[in-house]
Amino acid sequence: MDSGLIQEVVSATLLAGTPLIIAALGLLMNERAGVLNLGAEGMMSLGAVYGFIAALSFSSPVLGLAAGLMAGALVAGGFALLTITLQANQVASGLALAIFGVGLAGFVGKPYESQSLKAVGEWSIPLLVDIPWLGPIFFQQQPMVYLSWVLFGAVWWFLYRSRSGLLLRAVGEDPAAAHAIGRSVVGVRYLAVIFGGALCGLGGACLSIFYAPMWVEGLIAGRGWIALALVVFATWRPFRVLLGAYLFGGVLIAQLFLQGSGVKISVPSQLLSSLPYLATIIVLVLISRDSRRIRQHSPASLGRAFRADE
Amino acid sequence: MLDWPIRIVRRDRPLARMRYLSPLMAIVLMMLTGMLIFLALGRDPAEGFYTFFIRPISSLYGFGELLLKATPLMLCGIGLAIGFRANVWNIGAEGQFMLGAAGATGVALTFPNLPAFLLLPLMVVSGALAGMAWGAIPAWLKTRFNANEILVSLMLVYVAGFLVSWLVFSPWRDPMGFGFPQTEMLSSAALLPRILPGTRLNIAIFLAIALVAITWIVLQHTAIGFRLRVTGRSRSAAGYAGFSIQRAVWIGLLCGGGAAGIAGMTEVAGPMGQLTDKIALGYGFAAIIVAFLGRLHPLGVLLASLLMALLFLGGEQVQQHMNLPKSISMVFQGLLLFYLLGADLLVNYRLKWNG
Repeated sequence: MDSGLIQEVVSATLLAGTPLIIAALGLLMNERAGVLNLGAEGMMSLGAVYGFIAALSFSSPVLGLAAGLMAGALVAGGFALLTITLQANQVASGLALAIFGVGLAGFVGKPYESQSLKAVGEWSIPLLVDIPWLGPIFFQQQPMVYLSWVLFGAVWWFLYRSRSGLLLRAVGEDPAAAHAIGRSVVGVRYLAVIFGGALCGLGGACLSIFYAPMWVEGLIAGRGWIALALVVFATWRPFRVLLGAYLFGGVLIAQLFLQGSGVKISVPSQLLSSLPYLATIIVLVLISRDSRRIRQHSPASLGRAFRADE
Repeated sequence: MLDWPIRIVRRDRPLARMRYLSPLMAIVLMMLTGMLIFLALGRDPAEGFYTFFIRPISSLYGFGELLLKATPLMLCGIGLAIGFRANVWNIGAEGQFMLGAAGATGVALTFPNLPAFLLLPLMVVSGALAGMAWGAIPAWLKTRFNANEILVSLMLVYVAGFLVSWLVFSPWRDPMGFGFPQTEMLSSAALLPRILPGTRLNIAIFLAIALVAITWIVLQHTAIGFRLRVTGRSRSAAGYAGFSIQRAVWIGLLCGGGAAGIAGMTEVAGPMGQLTDKIALGYGFAAIIVAFLGRLHPLGVLLASLLMALLFLGGEQVQQHMNLPKSISMVFQGLLLFYLLGADLLVNYRLKWNG
């Protein structure tokens, strides 16, 4: 393989991993606050479809991203109402959101399926792009890649360097204690869930506006679930989300590359297509078999409802 | 804190009646929201309601279609309900359904000359086994490696889709099928006999009802049902009582996979008549709602599968007569589950007006 090709593959890998990073960072935040939202697939689908429609109607990718973000935040707000205020089961509510979101996205997006968006070009970061070999890989990318790095930095700083981040983690570890010192567990969880939904919506919108760039039913293709798996794989730590997402991006690209390369391979294309899903299962198994590590890192109240008067 | 006009107050003890009323509340709320959706789309809500909920079952043919669609939903739903009772979250019934369809098709293609009374039972068994095998993967990974069964079973839905796609594109492709991704039509001995003239309804509905009845008896009269319920309520209590959680995982996923596999068989041997890459129409996912709406109870699952079948038919009717995408039925399904989960608050809590 020549050097230019490797550059191209690595660059495409970063791009493919980006929507996953954005969604998984959001999910990581709401899980750190103790809420498990399995509706990621639905939120990403809605973000993708509303983002696409807005980007198309206003011919503005930025407005598209904003619309996707808001769509995700809005349905996550509904999920929060159901699970935090109305105390509904988080697993069942998340499944409901997944089914509802995928269905609504298919319904709303039907008339837009044949339309395509003008591809957004790459942005070169001055000076950095001139770094030999690495520059064009990392600093001549679509804007969403830079956005994901900014979001990563922001989430990392918030969780580990800010007082509010400390409160968020406290709510996830021991909501009763956070409540006892006079903090609003409900408030923190609402914000965390809405933030998670917003980033899932944004991730979906990145997929339909930058990556595809189009909308078709099933565009998300399980990426919401993969993002949920990524959070477990990352043992709830942002840096590992980044690593994991690029790993999946690599599998996605390798699979596409093998299918498109025209190399005569004796493997059915369907096997290659199922690689990202098989890879998800394999990494889940690898990370989960050490159950002590999972217990140690997972937020202690994850998935459990909290009521102040009990 | 804000002072809300309504407060949520815990009841002294759960209101058992509410467990059966909340599905009804959810259905009414879903229908009202549905009419609002039609209104928002600029359509006549009365026409929308009629087309979606009444028109599909206003003829004998429609009634047959209702029971025909309820069959796989009932099968998948009853299997999932068993696992859900023990908090074993198998959400991969869609994939187990596809494997069941493929397993049954394999038998039908291998033994085309067997008489129906041998071939059909063999197809049911192979469908069930294939579905169970697919359900065994998350069960094994969960019990052996502690891997989350929700994510594993869901990922396997995509893998199952590619597996079936490979089967119908390569080894099992009908040579006379003009290159379409499908097997040849199954021989008449491999098709389930129809039971109601003028409809497509076949005997699989009896199989589904029988399985529901057997599940009811087993859950009611054996220790297995009790153990599953205890495991679902509290893992630690189950542990102290000596009930194996591992076993609950296996039972949940094998029953779920087996029942979904049978459902896949009834689809290829029923309305489809062949295996295609579009064999699964979302019954496996809808069955999650069937199980919850039916309160994880066999009788409830039976009733809920009829309602869910109506939602599928309603979507088709709305597409045909009102020119709206049929994915609207998934919107209705999701809404129904949302409302159900919200209404369940009233089992343990009551609303109190401040003032």
